[in-house]
Amino acid sequence: MTNAARPRALAATVALAALVLPWVVARLGPAASYMLNLSVIFAIVAIALNLLTGFSGQISLGHAGFLMLGEYASALLTLKAGFPFWAALPASALLVGAIGFLVGLPAVRLSGNFLAVATMGFGLAVPEVMLNWAGLTHGSAGLMPKSPTIGGFSFGSDVAYYYLALFCLALVWYICATLLRSRTGRALQAVRDSEPAALASGINAAYHKALAFAISAAFAGVAGALYAHYVNFVSPNDFSIQDSFLFLAMIVVGGLGSLPGSLLGAVLLTVVSQLSTSLGQFSIILTGSVMLLAVLFFPGGLISLARRRRPTPRVPAPLAQRSAAGGS
Amino acid sequence: MFLRFEQVSLHFSGVAALSAVDLEIPQGGIFAIIGPNGAGKTTLLNCVSRFYTPQEGRITFLGRDLLAARPYDLASLGIARSFQNVAPFGRMTVEENMLVGLHHTIHSSALSQVLRLPGARAAERQARAQARDVMEQLGILEHSQRYADELPYGVQKRLDVGRALVSRPKLLLLDEPAAGMNEQETAELGEWILGLPAITGVTIVMVEHDMSLVMGISQRVAVLDFGRLIAVGAPQEVASDPAVVEAYLGKED
Repeated sequence: MTNAARPRALAATVALAALVLPWVVARLGPAASYMLNLSVIFAIVAIALNLLTGFSGQISLGHAGFLMLGEYASALLTLKAGFPFWAALPASALLVGAIGFLVGLPAVRLSGNFLAVATMGFGLAVPEVMLNWAGLTHGSAGLMPKSPTIGGFSFGSDVAYYYLALFCLALVWYICATLLRSRTGRALQAVRDSEPAALASGINAAYHKALAFAISAAFAGVAGALYAHYVNFVSPNDFSIQDSFLFLAMIVVGGLGSLPGSLLGAVLLTVVSQLSTSLGQFSIILTGSVMLLAVLFFPGGLISLARRRRPTPRVPAPLAQRSAAGGS
Repeated sequence: MFLRFEQVSLHFSGVAALSAVDLEIPQGGIFAIIGPNGAGKTTLLNCVSRFYTPQEGRITFLGRDLLAARPYDLASLGIARSFQNVAPFGRMTVEENMLVGLHHTIHSSALSQVLRLPGARAAERQARAQARDVMEQLGILEHSQRYADELPYGVQKRLDVGRALVSRPKLLLLDEPAAGMNEQETAELGEWILGLPAITGVTIVMVEHDMSLVMGISQRVAVLDFGRLIAVGAPQEVASDPAVVEAYLGKED
């Protein structure tokens, strides 16, 4: 098999397995089916976050906030504005994307820990707003969006909803993969690797950073809308700062700057966190341990086991010597 | 005049990094800016790149006021640069690095790229063909799908200059191209840089520590000391200038 054919064969196998999977998992009971669907929805969030953090070099501890905005956007558009789900889903993506752009604008001046704190503030604010804006959101009583339907067919069952979520995941994956191979995707990665060099190459770094926020938020919004119409209940308690950390853990464990890594990390950590929810506080410890072990043994993420080395950021030795000597 | 500095002064919280620098750089060939550590060489380069804005003075390029431009406007004005740290885009492939150098020549929106509209695909194809040509000229085509970080130091250096050159700029700024290289590598690099203006028509302005490289390949040299311009001229003139010997060469020996 040639080098080009191998990944293609693997992708085909994974795609085929993904199509058969819900029928196998359904035999394990409804809890397993729920876990599977949640994995697919969270995989969309993980890809969205990896686009921002792994490929654009901007950290976010507020993605649970974008997810929740997507939930509410879609629930309100269907319940109060009479949108069908199929229109509310892309509309939610655009709306949350626009909010993401606005969040990204001040964020382009921040980096590292400051950006982490700023986005965390956003993530903490969203549930508070949803709780207190009761006239629109019904506060803690929540909203009850319906399952999507096509003609007479309802996506009310776990298996049917799985295919809907899987279709969205495939679409988001395709868009990200295409984008990353394009001029815009290269600009995002160039800004991540060196902002001055990116500027000197004619890349408007601030615009591309905000754009990364917008696209990432839009996809998180899609995941939020999918979640809302799956569990048919939306409340300010759905997602919290803990989930933002969970999403970050997914891409670190799976592999920063890798789409397959996002999927791997999302499935692993969704399963670990769901299986351990009955353990209460121990769930966080278990999730944290998984992250710690992964970082210790696979610093490039689990995906680094499966492919050639992707260089991790480091200071080249001559550069270290030079900066010690001091430039002019 | 090609590139002109008029009374350019820049100070960082009271410390003068550049004081009233007047300098004219003609088109063509290689112009070197030298000086001891902390003389303000890279600072001057960073003013052209618009990473710094001088508090006083003017910088013009082909009669155009550069201080009115934003850093990311320079590429389309025809000004490119390399950096001291090699292969700044280390986690991208060699081909991707070259394509980043062509960023400002590809005109298509993010949406048209995602939808793979015919216009965007044609622009991308053209850019890839152009990148391929330059990679072939640089002798790095065999590495095109490798990550820049994985390459040997010398190849990374060439890649970085190639990335800056790929869009055929009028002016190329090189920030210490020989940094971190041994004598033989420096000599090879110098020979390569020396050939660039004739092949590509680019004018090179180079900031450099390595005196052998500067003396060997540049037509004119400017010397900075403590942010002041103390000499400009042909390499041999400058080397025998008493002020330069005192400020720089004397200490070197």
